[in-house]
Amino acid sequence: MEINIDQIIYWEWGFIKLNATLVYSWAVMVVLVSISWFVSRDLTEGTGISRKQALIESLVVVIQKQIEETTQEKTDRYLPFIGTLFLFILVSNLISVIPGVYPPTASLSTTAALAISVFVAVPIFGIGSRGVKSYFENYVKPTPLMLPFNIIGELSRTLALAVRLFGNIMSGSLIVAILLGLSPLFFPVVMQAFGLLIGVIQAYVFAILALVYIASASRIHNSEEADSTEIINPQNR
Amino acid sequence: MESISIIGMVSIITAGVTIAVGSIAPAIGEGKALAQALLAIAQQPDEIPTITRTLFVGLAMVESTAIYCFVVALILIFANPFWNYVIQV
Repeated sequence: MEINIDQIIYWEWGFIKLNATLVYSWAVMVVLVSISWFVSRDLTEGTGISRKQALIESLVVVIQKQIEETTQEKTDRYLPFIGTLFLFILVSNLISVIPGVYPPTASLSTTAALAISVFVAVPIFGIGSRGVKSYFENYVKPTPLMLPFNIIGELSRTLALAVRLFGNIMSGSLIVAILLGLSPLFFPVVMQAFGLLIGVIQAYVFAILALVYIASASRIHNSEEADSTEIINPQNR
Repeated sequence: MESISIIGMVSIITAGVTIAVGSIAPAIGEGKALAQALLAIAQQPDEIPTITRTLFVGLAMVESTAIYCFVVALILIFANPFWNYVIQV
């Protein structure tokens, strides 16, 4: 039972330490990249696609559909970032059922890194779709008085993203460890199955929240356009 | 009383109070959200995917307050900085 898996050190040389977080996040990355590489070697079109291609295609289509339904716009811009986040967090959460393997998302370092990447992606996507001036005007939108609150809100939601994922996954493995000491056979299995559900939901929630933040930073332009067209032609909705 | 026993006692009691109070409010909130979502599903069964998606995201956000309390309680018990300081001295 370890509350901080950063302190489990496998290999040490000088100031370079290889802890459990690093090992298992690299393992997840290797698994994801090698599966994608293996599948995308022989992509084909038409009716006779292979089974592995059908599997990956259906996964991508599901993510694409969720993005479309959430943002209410037809675009592929968010798919690489959001899809990668979702798949990485999903696989990281799910490997906790393998005995002796710690999920990398049970470390605050991993989740903070993921949340910071979302924090950086918001202005990148926002400026990319709206331009520098229009994006930064968003911070002083109702009045310039709201500027500090907007900045605090942006920082605190990044913190919330990190702590939410960390707390859920870490508490799952901790509860299993505690129950293992109290009632060894049956209850840990039930809680571990529950942990699988929590892991999938948290991966989904992280991806959807990142998508909502990014989309809301890059969308306001469109809604202004929609408002102006609405005034010109009210029947057009 | 020694400072070591005061710090130990206060940490454990505070951890219990934190998780107790911190789980009441999110539990009430989640129950209300779930009841409203069931009502909405009963009225509009066609909208089940949208309602379920919003419900899950909302529940996760409500639950994060309980998770914060849980993390604070865990820090108080397992990684208490004051406790570590007293142990060192």
